[in-house]
Amino acid sequence: MSHNQLTESGRLHHFLSIEGLKRPLLTEIMDRAEQFSSISHQQVKKVPLLRGKTIVNLFFENSTRTRTTFELAAKRLSADVISLNINTSSASKGESLRDTLHNLEAMHSDMFVVRHHQSGAAEFIAQHVAPHVSVINAGDGCHAHPTQAMLDMFTIRRHKQHFPDLRVAIIGDILHSRVARSQIQALATLGVGEIRVIAPKTLLPTDCKTLGVHVYHDMNAGLKDVDVVITLRLQNERMQGALLPSSKEYYQCYGLTERKLSLAKPDAIVMHPGPINRGVEIASAVADGPQSVILEQVTHGIAVRMAIMSMTLGSQAELYEVTA
Amino acid sequence: MNLHIKNGRVIDPASQIDAQQDIFIRDGKIVAISTHLDGFVADQTIDATGLIVCPGLVDLNARLREPGQEHTATIESETLAAVAGGITSLCVPPDTDPVIDTPAVVELIEDRAKKAGRAMVYTIGALTQRLQGELLTEMAALKMAGCIGVSNGLAPIKNSLILRRAMEYAATLDLTLFINSVDPWLQGNGCVHEGSISARLGLTGIPETAETIAVARDLLLIELTGVRAHFHNISCGKTVLLIKDAQNKGLAVTADVSAHHLHLCEHDIGNYDTLSHVMPPLRSIRDREQLQQGLREGIISAISSHHQPLDNDAKLGPFADTAPGISGLETLLALTMKLVDDEEISLHQAIASLTSHPADILGIDAGQLKVGAQADICIFNPNIYNECQPNYFVSAGKNSPFSGWLFNNKVSHTIFDGKLVYEQDKIHSIAV
Repeated sequence: MSHNQLTESGRLHHFLSIEGLKRPLLTEIMDRAEQFSSISHQQVKKVPLLRGKTIVNLFFENSTRTRTTFELAAKRLSADVISLNINTSSASKGESLRDTLHNLEAMHSDMFVVRHHQSGAAEFIAQHVAPHVSVINAGDGCHAHPTQAMLDMFTIRRHKQHFPDLRVAIIGDILHSRVARSQIQALATLGVGEIRVIAPKTLLPTDCKTLGVHVYHDMNAGLKDVDVVITLRLQNERMQGALLPSSKEYYQCYGLTERKLSLAKPDAIVMHPGPINRGVEIASAVADGPQSVILEQVTHGIAVRMAIMSMTLGSQAELYEVTA
Repeated sequence: MNLHIKNGRVIDPASQIDAQQDIFIRDGKIVAISTHLDGFVADQTIDATGLIVCPGLVDLNARLREPGQEHTATIESETLAAVAGGITSLCVPPDTDPVIDTPAVVELIEDRAKKAGRAMVYTIGALTQRLQGELLTEMAALKMAGCIGVSNGLAPIKNSLILRRAMEYAATLDLTLFINSVDPWLQGNGCVHEGSISARLGLTGIPETAETIAVARDLLLIELTGVRAHFHNISCGKTVLLIKDAQNKGLAVTADVSAHHLHLCEHDIGNYDTLSHVMPPLRSIRDREQLQQGLREGIISAISSHHQPLDNDAKLGPFADTAPGISGLETLLALTMKLVDDEEISLHQAIASLTSHPADILGIDAGQLKVGAQADICIFNPNIYNECQPNYFVSAGKNSPFSGWLFNNKVSHTIFDGKLVYEQDKIHSIAV
């Protein structure tokens, strides 16, 4: 219900959450990403869509992959891009988040790509930036990671044509996963037939069903006949706070092995938002196996983020025709 | 100084008065409640035609931020906000800085309140030193200094043995124990009710068991020790049932609910509205209904503001990083009267829950209109539509989620100790 991410005419101004976005918009993102993905194969991997625009990556939480793909995406759109790791910067000197923003805004940036450890941070930033500045959520707390969800949808679409026919299972720490929340919303918006979550009760939110999913605690039942298997990263901290006894037992019960994967449809694809803990949530043989599309997800991240950045930075960008 | 309030509808549930009467006040005391008084020459007359005249409101829990956070609010600023809300007696919990664990802090607060001269400020002393839950305070000295009860504020006493001893000691001194029950482990670093909203927004939830388990433990210890106890700000339907059982058993247990928990629920957090960030959190719709039901049945006998003024910065940030709390003094009456409009409770019940009931809980001589008593009176217009505009609050804290709400009542005059201390849209300076 990110009420303020769309313009009055229904175009993307910010990209904060999948919630509230309509199917045609998600499809448009994927269609555009499809066009952009061909650029990566050209000799000159650049289009001038965002030339003269300044994009600031604000990372209040560590990330390698997401930050790098955002940087690459911005550069391929010819924008000027700066990446800041704030946890080592002003935040530790007691400067408030709002002050940090206003300072950066004073440097005439056009877009903030934000990752923050608190749920709702991107929403908060979007409420407080100047009207012309766009905000893209690169992950906020346990709330949303919408660009990841879109690149996952894009990857699924590449392999499986028709969303309504699909059965998708998400395995692991749903409770703390912003990726899972955004994936569930995107899958639901695209009309996926059945969304399952598979996890022990300690890693599921209370009232999980209200997210629109079928809940399984048993891998054998949950994986049966699914088309897409998404495994989530298990944070090592989860052993604290008595959520799980050990990573060994987690692997035994919820690790995706070849045997368990064989319960899914024979052409099922395996996805993971990364980084992977081999032997914790997924077996190496599966991660590197023929059904895995994990590295493809990373590649698609660039095109999908290019699509979203060009759409949010608005009308000027639309003047250019993207050559497919 | 003679003050005459004429032609008002006088409602005092404690004296079972509901009639068109005049009130005559001389030298701070009510001298008559009748249609006329021979030989009374008024220095000042308030025409209360069309208005309701009731006892000055009694608020069981308001944080004034002094001492310790004077940059946020002061006793001066918040007692003025109190009378703007019709409140003439209020109760300060011990979590000031320094904590109210010595008579010196009690005296400081009472002195500042006297100097402000607008409302009676009562203090609740700390149950344990620095609220650390380890060593008992000198409760006899605190009582001598004026504390009307003891409490550990929002800091739960984890160790049940220490809580038992503290209760026994408070019971020895006939001090009421005020409790905010919460299990610190189940609460964790949660900031919203655990349910569909926490699932959707990815915020850490606080399950209802964080409250109910703690209330159940505390009730069993209350039964064991015989202490008189009051539960502050209960938020769950199941807590109401636990308290009902205890009351049926004959335990001296009372409870209050905040005005905001009677109107809001988890859904009001919407898209991370930090103004709806409170502790305990706004619960489910079902909980809200059960709290209203508990109020109707008299299990919950008082409605409180749980006033927590905050500066604007405290609410600016990602939800979990913001400070919990609502500036509630100036919406207490309006929100309570809204329950009357919504036909949740009767008018008499509404007024009693803001006057005589909280006064009884505190054991103070207030909340009632009677001849010979100190003239603390709230006069309000029950038929005036107005929009809630927190930016115009008298309180230093403008943090209210009720911005834009339409209320149909407004405080027009507040009289404290026989003096007019507030008149709608006017602020009276007080000569001490």
